[in-house]
Amino acid sequence: MSSVSTSQSRAGAQSKTGRSGVWDILILIINIAATIGMVALVWASLVYAKPATNLAGDEQLAQRIFYIHMGCNVGALIAFIVSLTGSVLYLITRNLRWDRMSQASIEIGIIIGLGTVITGSIWAKPTWNTFWTWDPRLTTATITVLVYVAYVLFRNGIDNRRTRALFGSIYALFAFLTIPLTYYSARWFRSIHPVVFSGDNADAQGGFAVGSTMMQTVAVGAIAFTLLFIALLIARWRQLSMEDQLFELREDLES
Amino acid sequence: MNNRVQEMNEDLVMPGEVAAAPETVRNAGPAAPSPSVQMRTNGGLGAYMRKVRAITRKELQAEWRAKEVFSTMTIFGILAVLVFGMAFDLRVPKSDMVAPGVLWVVLLFAGVLGLNRSFGAEVDRGSLPALLLAPMDRSAIYFGKMIANLIFMLAMLALVLPTILIIFDVNMIKTWILVALLLGVLGYVAVGTLFAAMTASVRARESMLPILLLPLMVPIFVAGVALTAAVVDGRTLGDFWRWLGVLSAYDLIFVTIAFIVFDMIWQES
Repeated sequence: MSSVSTSQSRAGAQSKTGRSGVWDILILIINIAATIGMVALVWASLVYAKPATNLAGDEQLAQRIFYIHMGCNVGALIAFIVSLTGSVLYLITRNLRWDRMSQASIEIGIIIGLGTVITGSIWAKPTWNTFWTWDPRLTTATITVLVYVAYVLFRNGIDNRRTRALFGSIYALFAFLTIPLTYYSARWFRSIHPVVFSGDNADAQGGFAVGSTMMQTVAVGAIAFTLLFIALLIARWRQLSMEDQLFELREDLES
Repeated sequence: MNNRVQEMNEDLVMPGEVAAAPETVRNAGPAAPSPSVQMRTNGGLGAYMRKVRAITRKELQAEWRAKEVFSTMTIFGILAVLVFGMAFDLRVPKSDMVAPGVLWVVLLFAGVLGLNRSFGAEVDRGSLPALLLAPMDRSAIYFGKMIANLIFMLAMLALVLPTILIIFDVNMIKTWILVALLLGVLGYVAVGTLFAAMTASVRARESMLPILLLPLMVPIFVAGVALTAAVVDGRTLGDFWRWLGVLSAYDLIFVTIAFIVFDMIWQES
């Protein structure tokens, strides 16, 4: 088993070195695009977007964090969807490449997801007068981040590379499937989170109408965080595959 | 009579005694002896149920002799109820405000203790390879273990509920609460047995299982607490039917996926 996988990965390594020039340029372009996107997002959210007309004082100022909050949210969602895709592909094909994709996107998703929770908390203090409340969206976001932190811990406890990939993929599958159930069960508890884009929530606190410049800024945020996610994903994915190659070479040398 | 004897034999087959299983002989047939495939798949639903029952019976028998899982869980559960009772006694004006939460927290934490032993004991005794060699689909092992865990946890609840009644003076022995507990425990052991199997061979398994399991149990926990609170408050079915829906959906989804996935767990090691 191990000799087969070693020879496969060697072939992969050789073909990869052949393409490395093109790859490097592509990666460089994506990295630059992500950097520009993040700079543009900060500029758009602080300067370009007009202030929310129905808010005043601290609340109006705090509202500007929403663009980054929303961007983080989009980035984390994409990250966890990519991780689900990677896990399912691994369970079907048993190619470690997909496991590495899943792991990389989960690690990035944890960081970006934490960004969602932290920016939300900062916004909530002036608006709701509390950093924390057991709102369904807060609950779901936090539990989701915790589930994936458990994923990382779980992986670190397994020695066999393929067992690690298999158990990690199974756990990622379960983790993703509980998210909607967590959300709906928490939603029926009670909710004060404003629903900005769809639906009505009579109890919502701190909602605001979205104008055209604000909408554009939201779009910039979504694009910027998607680019950031892709750039980080590629970097981490590469790093993980190199780690695996290194490990296999070391195993070969020792045996 | 003969049939009955054979059935008993099947039930008594210990995992690992591959060659002795009478069923394999019967299923293989005289013409096509390809046991490695036929042993695991043939026999229809009835044979499958008998295998599940054999595993469950083995678990219950081992538990009856060792008294390891049930006693630990129950003692922990009762102790936890007492500790919660002391902790809340001075500060909470009405104990039925916290009792539903106490019930479900105790259920989750005590359950982890039992689930840890479900496969942990097999690893410690070195009997896991023998269990895996048993001539049956791995999912039969899963369902057998799951049903055994379900029985242990329901038995624990049968002692914890009266304890809560005594300590908190809140009667939670009501039809819909019992239904919710059954559904909640089913979902819990469905996911828990799978993860117990996965963590059994992992470093620091005792501490890993709760970390993996508890965040996935949030839907069950929220739905269970809300439903129990609604029943304790004396509301009608129309107010809490959706929580039964959440619990049933959870059970349905995760029993199915665990059933599909369980066979993969030992493929790589």
